[in-house]
Amino acid sequence: MNPEIAVSASKLSKSYQGKNALESLSFEIEKGSLFGFIGPDGAGKTSLLRILNSLLIPDSGKASIMGFDTVNDYKKIRRIIGYMPGKFSLYQDLTVEENLKFFAGIFKTTIKENYHLIQDIYSHIEPFKNRKAGQLSGGMKQKLALSCALIHKPEVLILDEPTTGVDAVSRGEFWEMLQKLKAQNITILVSTPYMDEASRCDEVALMQAGKIMLRNEPEEILKAFDAELWSVKSNRMFELLKDISDFSKTKLAYRSGDHLCLIPEGKFTENNSLIAYLETKGHQSVRLEQIRPTIEDSFIYQMQAQN
Amino acid sequence: MKPVIEVENLVKKFGDFVANDSLSFSVFPGEIFGFLGANGAGKTTAIKILCGLSAPTSGKASVAGFDVYRQSEQIKKNIGYMSQKFSLYEDLTINENFQFYGGIYGLSRKVIRERTAALLSRLQFLDAKNEVLRNIPQGWKQKLAFSVAVMHQPKVVFLDEPTGGVDPITRRQFWELIYEQANQGTTIFVTTHYMDEAEYCGRVSIMVDGRIEALDTPEQLKKQFAVSSMNDVFVKLARAPK
Repeated sequence: MNPEIAVSASKLSKSYQGKNALESLSFEIEKGSLFGFIGPDGAGKTSLLRILNSLLIPDSGKASIMGFDTVNDYKKIRRIIGYMPGKFSLYQDLTVEENLKFFAGIFKTTIKENYHLIQDIYSHIEPFKNRKAGQLSGGMKQKLALSCALIHKPEVLILDEPTTGVDAVSRGEFWEMLQKLKAQNITILVSTPYMDEASRCDEVALMQAGKIMLRNEPEEILKAFDAELWSVKSNRMFELLKDISDFSKTKLAYRSGDHLCLIPEGKFTENNSLIAYLETKGHQSVRLEQIRPTIEDSFIYQMQAQN
Repeated sequence: MKPVIEVENLVKKFGDFVANDSLSFSVFPGEIFGFLGANGAGKTTAIKILCGLSAPTSGKASVAGFDVYRQSEQIKKNIGYMSQKFSLYEDLTINENFQFYGGIYGLSRKVIRERTAALLSRLQFLDAKNEVLRNIPQGWKQKLAFSVAVMHQPKVVFLDEPTGGVDPITRRQFWELIYEQANQGTTIFVTTHYMDEAEYCGRVSIMVDGRIEALDTPEQLKKQFAVSSMNDVFVKLARAPK
């Protein structure tokens, strides 16, 4: 076993009542990495994380955390991981401090011993330590759950959609907390449906329908977008998508905020003919501009390529 | 053009806590209006009032021409509502879900049949109408939920984080549906945590601590705050020192 590897999976598969949730996933994650599993609902993110944290047994294939097998060595794994499920799972009728003490106690440690690890996060909710967990706001619950997952100083932290339904500012703050934890040498696995969070990770795996479509550093994933991407606007945005889709050089067109994205067949040199074509369809003030793809554009491009 | 939603100095208090602090805005027919704000900023409180589910503490508000204090039942008949959390019944078929919601809104069997066929054929989903909802992929459920929410041809549709967790292609198809609906004159009132989706809206308001701190087209807001994305506008406003 490579000592630099924190998490490894080999041909993991899982199905529920004949529906494939995971199809033969294999990957390795280095120690100290902040790794993102990015994909929509139903891509298999939660099933994968639950196999890794030993709560779910795969139909076939193997996985290990810090060299421990997720099926045979599950007791050891549970001691060295911290897990924050997607649904808030702390005791709603215990106070903030009681929840934290409870989790510290289970792992035979104390809040004092590992306070340095959670200080940055817990200090935000410490003023409310006598409040019941059920009465906290969403953002505070999230901070408490993260504190509880960290209090035993895990080697690997597994977070299932910690930012879903959280507003853009709080999401940014949460990722800043994760960056700080990474500096404490904790390997962090995060799943998220928000594509724009990819750039916060050292490496990401784009997941779709139980498979990893692409796995790389965020910058490299952008480079894997080996086509041109153009932004198109006109005075008739509603009709524009249909008209562009009918253009002979269009490989793919989709709406993106206030403009359309056009992926042309090959290198695009038909700017003038596209504008002329759109004008025959009644569009005016057509604006064309080559733009840089985002992770979401890459995801769309990969999805399209694999269909 | 007469606004379809008119709000003036709207206040909602819970005890001493001011959840909505003197909101004023208008939304016009066929407009796609983005209603943004951080968690806890007061969006849900305002939406509940506009849907006729909660009365304001003071101020004026009307939706589809009906007053929120006195005509909440008429409001409910003239709006559609969809959220990611509650949508359709999992153990009914697609067709049964349409029948059920059409029945609630008092549509005749004939009208329900016609509109179900029209809405499903728009989604190219007519062949699947006898499928039980449980077996339908999440992205499709959201498109179906939207179709159900507009079946009674409401003047306004409230969409509360309609696209959470959906893959980017389906998300774009969903927005295509929204555009089409707005193009037919339906007003769309939408909340989202995807800041890039704010750019799909005609105008956007941003709530901070119970107040509307900004309201304009995405283009103007980006100009006003001298930033290049709606995400930056949002961060600047929500993180501004109080």
